[in-house]
Parts: sequence; structure tokens; C-alpha cells
Amino acid sequence: MTRSLTLRAAVVSLLFFAAFVLAWHLATRGAGATVAMDPEYAKLMGATATQGKSAMPGPLDVAQTLWGHLKDPFYDRGTNDKGLGIQLGWSIARVGLGYLLAVLVAIPLGVMIGMSPLMSKALDPFIQILKPISPLAWMPLALYTIKDSGISAIFVIFICSLWPMLVNTAFGIASVRREWINVARTLEVGTLRRIFTVLLPAAAPTILTGMRISIGIAWLVIVAAEMLVGGTGIGYFVWNEWNNLSITNVITAILVIGVVGMILDQLLARATRAVTFPE
Amino acid sequence: MTQSFISIEGISKRFPAAGGGATTVFEDLWLPMERGAFTCIIGHSGCGKTTVLNVLAGLDRPSEGVVIVDNQAIEGPSLDRAVIFQSHALLPWLTVMGNVAYAVSSRWRRWSRVEVEEHARKFIALVGLSGAERKRPAELSGGMKQRVGIARALSIEPKILLMDEPFSALDALTRGTLQDEVRRICRETGQTVLMITHDVDEAIYLADRIVLMTNGPQAVMAEIVENPLPVDRARNDVHKHPLYYAVRNHVVDFLVTRSRSFSDADKAALNRRAVPVVRPGAPEPVVLGGDTLTPSWPGSRVKEA
Ligand SMILES: Nc1ncnc2c1ncn2[C@@H]1O[C@H](COP(=O)(O)OP(=O)(O)OP(=O)(O)O)[C@@H](O)[C@H]1O
Ligand SMILES: [Mg+2]
Repeated sequence: MTRSLTLRAAVVSLLFFAAFVLAWHLATRGAGATVAMDPEYAKLMGATATQGKSAMPGPLDVAQTLWGHLKDPFYDRGTNDKGLGIQLGWSIARVGLGYLLAVLVAIPLGVMIGMSPLMSKALDPFIQILKPISPLAWMPLALYTIKDSGISAIFVIFICSLWPMLVNTAFGIASVRREWINVARTLEVGTLRRIFTVLLPAAAPTILTGMRISIGIAWLVIVAAEMLVGGTGIGYFVWNEWNNLSITNVITAILVIGVVGMILDQLLARATRAVTFPE
Repeated sequence: MTQSFISIEGISKRFPAAGGGATTVFEDLWLPMERGAFTCIIGHSGCGKTTVLNVLAGLDRPSEGVVIVDNQAIEGPSLDRAVIFQSHALLPWLTVMGNVAYAVSSRWRRWSRVEVEEHARKFIALVGLSGAERKRPAELSGGMKQRVGIARALSIEPKILLMDEPFSALDALTRGTLQDEVRRICRETGQTVLMITHDVDEAIYLADRIVLMTNGPQAVMAEIVENPLPVDRARNDVHKHPLYYAVRNHVVDFLVTRSRSFSDADKAALNRRAVPVVRPGAPEPVVLGGDTLTPSWPGSRVKEA
């Protein structure tokens, strides 16, 4: 039953996809030669005017560009002409670094806040104020103090990944079942061992949920951040191709951003499943 | 007076009440327990039994009074006092082996993994769970989980075993088997046990002494019933013993009426430091006829402890 459901869902998905591609194709295909005009003038105007072709690239154009990028993802012909793979690599590296730093700060801090009602109350106002600030609002401050656009982008990723992880870790640790803590207490388990043997395993599903939210936000933010700081990265690539008026490349990049985001999310989802325990 | 192994000395517990002030859950409890004795506490829901047990475990502090164990006041939890929790409290991300081994490795920190697992395996076998070592708590039945809890508590070879209604969530058959096992293990090892229960038959089968608590708030220990049944009793014929119903009726009578009707005057008259010890005696012949019907259980010999 479930198998046939999956199968049917897959078929329906494919149908939707086909319908979408077809509609896209029909909407953007050339309407045939329009008015006759002077060949010199037609050359100047390009296919849009001469063949009624839409300015929007069709699915075939995008597929072709995508195929081109996939065939040679790592070429490097100067600042403004690098392979999609290289640009993605930069973005992933920045997200990875900023995210890792956020993990290193958020989890120990979250454990401390979760364990201590005093700390929880004392730090709550700061967290409440800092959390809703758009990560990009930090950018000028980061550029001004750090004076390095690459590191500033990493800082922005750090700051946007921090809050969901921090809040979830603190909440997860604070709501660990009293009886599990009591088990450790009656066994005279020390604080550090208690953190690693009871608190973290018990709170792991909540913590990983926070980490999954964070990676999603980080991937959203990196595109915007790289548009601002420029130089390298998938965000810069999108901006650059927009300036080149290469809509095909923009659409290709959008697709790739979506796919990478999905992969990151799925990795964290899998990790969450691995630490979730049935009760 | 020689010091008992465990001595509860004048403990009270108060919680801040909703409209200011404080509610007293129980007040001025005194209870000595000897080494190797099996004591049960019976009382209605909410009278503070779990709180008493948590104080003994060191998980909770009394508002007043102290508990002395082995000539030392309890300061906090200790590996000498193992707790079997009402809700088994297994760590769900660990296997059966993991749960027991966690306790063993906490008790003997320097042991190697092999030593720990070997010791744990012995206690898993003791509660009849050999073969289920790699299972997680979610894959076990309620009775099996409770067994793991028992194995975990026993595996640290505590001086005192504290049990909070360990069998109340189980069906009658499983409960019976586990009672047998616990009784056998405790007798073989000479374990000192304090157990909380709601089940009168369970108390009579397992306990040497049954402590009766009145209803809260301001609960007190009204009476200690000494179990007159022979020590080598078997579960399937305890109820045939001539004194069985004398004890049972006495306890049930307390739970049904006296726990509630125990007045402030009764409390004032009670010598809290030496709670009356009652040993329900043999039934005396019923005298029929005449105007009055002599009750068949004319009461009990009351002796001062
Ligand atoms: N943290 C707390 N704050 C306020 N009151 C509490 C707290 N913990 C327990 N109590 C009160 O103390 C009383 C005794 O609770 P306890 O859990 O010891 O009862 P119990 O005798 O074990 O009951 P049961 O048989 O239902 O398990 C209850 O009336 C409860 O409302
Ligand atoms: Mg209770």
C-alpha cells in the first residue's frame, strides 16, 4: 500500500514536472519570423525582435547551460568567469565555517543556559533582542570592524546560525526528564559526565532540530551576503550573471542553489533521525 | 539505645502554598529500620510517600529533620542507596546492557569495559532477561522494563534498596513473578529494603514491617504493623495462613477508615518517636448468640516499641 502510494506520488510528481516544463517551453518559444526588416537592423535587435522569441530563456536553453556547467564545473578564467563548481565551493565553505563556529559557541552556551535557571533568566533579554535582527543588518558593522569581506560573510553566517541552535539547545537541555537526571544523580555521576551521558543524548533530537533550522537559514543568507560582498560564491555568481543579463545562467544558479539547500537539509534530517530514540 | 542502620529522625516536608504560607505534606516522621529488614510504606495517594523515599534517596531535602544511614546524615544521593523508580526511568537511547552497564561503570569507575559488561550480564541474567541485552527499552514490555530497572539497581550492590511502587503498572501475573524474584534476591543477599506500595497483598507477602501513613496534608505514620507470617512464606499459600486475614483486614481497615478519620487529637496523642507497633494476632473464637456479636478480630496486641 505504502509502496504503491510512493509510486503513484512519483508518477504525479513527474507529470507536474512535465506539465511545468511544457508550459515554460510554450511560453518562451519563438513565434516565428515577425515583420520583415532590414537585416542589419535585425542583427542589432537579436532574436527577440526578429523571431518573436521571448527574452526569457526556455527550458532547453537552461538545460543546455546546466549541462555545460556540469561538464566543466571547475574552470577558472579570471575573476568574473569561474565555473559554477568553484562558486558553489566558496559558498559551501563559508557556510560550513560560519556554521561550525556557531555550533562550537551555541551548544556549550546552550547547555549552560539550559542547566542553570539563573543563566537562563539573565541571558534571556539579550537573546530575545539579538535573535530577531536580520543577519544582513550586521554586515556593515562586520565590514567596518573586520575589514575583510570574506570573513564578514562568514561572520554573518555565524550570527544567523547561532540563534536557532542556541535556543533549541537551551530548551532541549532544560526539558530533559527529571527522572533521567535523577538516575544520574543516584549513581553519583559528575557534572561533565552527566552532560555527555544524559543531558546531550536526551536533548540531541531537539538540538539537531535547531541545527537543521540553522543550516537552512545559513544557506538562505549566504546568497544575499555574497551578493553584497562580491568576489566569489554562488550569490555573487547570480548577481554577476544578472549584470551580464544572462538570465539562463541566473535560472541555472537558482536551480543549483535549491538542490544544494535540499542536500544540506537532508543531511541534517538524517542526522536528526540517527539521534532520535523511541520512547 | 543502639543506633539503627537507617534512622528517619523527625523529618517534615513543606511546600509553599498557592496563596502564601506553606502546606505541610508530612510532619515529624520518625522511623528506625534495621539492616536486612524489608519495610513497606502504605498510604493513600498524595500522603507524601514518594517524598519520603526521595528524601531517603537524597534526591530531595526535608524541610526539617534528618535521616541517618550507617551513623551518617544523608547529604545527597549515594551509590549506597539504589532507587527503583515508579516509572522505571530507563535511558531510552541505551540498550538493556547499556542501561545496566551505565550504573556498573558509575559504581566501579576503573573497571574495563569487559569487566563492566560481565558484571552487568550477571544481573541481567538474575532478572531473567538474558538474550535481551541488545534491545532498547522501547522494544521491551512494561514488565521487562521494570526488570531492567531492578537489575540496574541491584547491579551496583547497594546497601539499601529504595523502591517506589515498582510493580504498580504491571499486570497481576507479571507482578507476581517479579515479586517472587525481588523477594528471593533480597533474601539471598540480605538486602535492606524500603518499598512503597498501594497493594496490601504485596506488602504482606514482601514486608517484615508495614508502615501505615495517614492521609495528607500533615500526614503522620500512625502505626507499624509487624508481619506475623513466617519468613519462609510462599506466594501461592500466604493467603492460607491462619494469620493472613488478620493482617490484611487490619491494614485494609486502616486504609478504608482510620487513615481518614485519624484526627488532630489522635495525632497529638501519638508518640511520634515511638510509633505503636501492632502485631495482628490469631483470631479468637467467635461468640455467637446473645445480644451482641463479638467481632471475630478482637483487635490486636499493642506493644510499645
Ligand atoms: N514540587 C512540589 N510542589 C508542591 N507540592 C508538591 C510538590 N511535590 C509534591 N507535592 C505535594 O506533596 C504531596 C505528596 O506527594 P507525593 O508524590 O510524595 O505523594 P505520594 O504519597 O507518593 O502519592 P502517590 O501514591 O500518588 O504516588 C502531594 O500532595 C503533592 O501535591
Ligand atoms: Mg508516589
